[in-house]
Amino acid sequence: MNPIFSVRDITKFYGNQKGCEGVSFDLYPGEVLGIVGESGSGKSTLLNVISGQLEPDQGDVLFDTRHAGMVSTTAMAEPERRMLARTDWAYVHQNPRDGLRMAVSAGGNIGERLMNIGARHYGDIRETASGWMGRVELDTGRIDDRPSTFSGGMQQRLQIARNLVTGPRLIFMDEPTGGLDLSVQARLLDLLRNLVRELGLAVIIVTHDLAVVRMLAHRVMVMQRGQVVESGLADQVLDDPQHPYSQLLVSSILQV
Amino acid sequence: MTDPSDTSLGDTPPEGTHDQDYNFAYLDEQTKRMIRRALLKGLAIPGYQVPFASREMPMPYGWGTGGVQVTSACLVPDDCIKVIDQGADDTTNAVSIRKFFERTAGVRTTEKTGEASLIQTRHRIPETPLEEGQILVYQVPIPEPLRFLEPRETETRKMHALEEYGLMHVKLYEDISSHGHISTAYAYPVSVEERYVMDPSPIPKFDNPKMHQCPAVQLFGAGREQRIYALPPYTDVVSLDFEDHPFTRLRNDGVCGLCGADDTYLDEVIMDDEGTRMFVCSDTDYCATRIEEAAE
Ligand SMILES: Nc1ncnc2c1ncn2[C@@H]1O[C@H](COP(=O)(O)OP(=O)(O)OP(=O)(O)O)[C@@H](O)[C@H]1O
Ligand SMILES: [Mg+2]
Ligand SMILES: [Zn+2]
Repeated sequence: MNPIFSVRDITKFYGNQKGCEGVSFDLYPGEVLGIVGESGSGKSTLLNVISGQLEPDQGDVLFDTRHAGMVSTTAMAEPERRMLARTDWAYVHQNPRDGLRMAVSAGGNIGERLMNIGARHYGDIRETASGWMGRVELDTGRIDDRPSTFSGGMQQRLQIARNLVTGPRLIFMDEPTGGLDLSVQARLLDLLRNLVRELGLAVIIVTHDLAVVRMLAHRVMVMQRGQVVESGLADQVLDDPQHPYSQLLVSSILQV
Repeated sequence: MTDPSDTSLGDTPPEGTHDQDYNFAYLDEQTKRMIRRALLKGLAIPGYQVPFASREMPMPYGWGTGGVQVTSACLVPDDCIKVIDQGADDTTNAVSIRKFFERTAGVRTTEKTGEASLIQTRHRIPETPLEEGQILVYQVPIPEPLRFLEPRETETRKMHALEEYGLMHVKLYEDISSHGHISTAYAYPVSVEERYVMDPSPIPKFDNPKMHQCPAVQLFGAGREQRIYALPPYTDVVSLDFEDHPFTRLRNDGVCGLCGADDTYLDEVIMDDEGTRMFVCSDTDYCATRIEEAAE
């Protein structure tokens, strides 16, 4: 099997401040990769670079496009990259406010990506939106309510529905469960795991919560000061960490 | 300098001449050239918003300073202008703009749509079909149709450049989901030549179809926002909609109480202290002409 996404030697500095350095990995269809590390270790920087929102200083990012196969997304023209971001890719923000339009109804939020790619039948858009609300376990009776009237967990599920509606093949998530109560987190993770399996999605999920990695990820990458210090199968790294920093991360979690 | 729209300061100059205290049509030649360049660019790229350096005019923003600057840049001494405000020639706003150009440009003025070579309008398109050779200048308060849902200008500019107009339909979607139909009645968004989405200024959507394939030149000026855009003659202008909620024109369902027209855009007016109401044509010239013709 060929990778769907390939990251090669990515480096990003903010002036003299290192964001991330020399990061490479391949991601296969249906695979979930967790990126863990302490605050400031470069997780978000890496995610923003590989999802096309920040330009790297060095390195390349390749995506297996439907029409042209493996293509460098860093070399892609902006319109093409934005089109990719609206169709085959999805990005779930930690703060739902960054990923939702708070002044637009739930149905409009889910429908936007469809309308962006040319959907022009109100009834169909609404039906699809309603179907997705059901899939993320939101009350379809609230399709005309604004996200500001939803709880944090509901907003996050709405953001996921809004992202999945165009059938993306690759999803980037930055701390999607951060800021939620533990029970709400558990429910969201459960939902995510089922959706990812059902849809065969490739996922790159950034988190500092090893429980999230344990539950969702097949593989994990441990970052420290902008560099990858260890990577491997999630269970292996969590049960038998090799790098001292990974050992520290795992042991600090076990102590809780 | 005195306020040129204040006609009490002196006699209106004799017909065919203008007040020599002012450059022809008020603006200096360099400013007019700058505005004409923006207009030409706008005509070359129909529906595209061209930035221009809007000048202070002797009237407050909201009084059509964008439209007045566009008119000023277009006027020639032979012109005959008509100014309307929501269809009427006799409102304060329309009268003062008309006097402004009478005084500063010495051009002829008219209330007859068919006689005017240039019509400046606030929020209506005349009922009488426009013809080749005429110019219609719109006063525009907010030129950006995407602003309602995307306030960041860096982002809306990108959306125009990349033709990412899904958001416009999100607005219409929201309309239908909360009202059961597309409730937007004014400033109804249009697609120009299947390329740029444009705000036609707050004209009633009843007027939207008049922009399509119009033989006249249509120019839009936003003074405070410093934007100009344009439609050359015979441009395709299509109102956005959904397949299952097609665009419909909207008018008060009734007949004009003065001229009997049943196909014009109607205003509801209160006739007396008892609150008696009547529908009348919003286009006062069109209505008066019909009454005259019926009397003959
Ligand atoms: N816009 C920026 N300008 C300058 N430095 C930045 C910027 N964004 C991040 N950095 C720096 O880059 C490094 C990596 O930051 P990044 O946000 O990627 O870490 P992170 O792993 O996502 O942390 P967290 O878990 O707190 O979200 C840090 O030293 C940070 O201070
Ligand atoms: Mg981060
Ligand atoms: Zn009438």
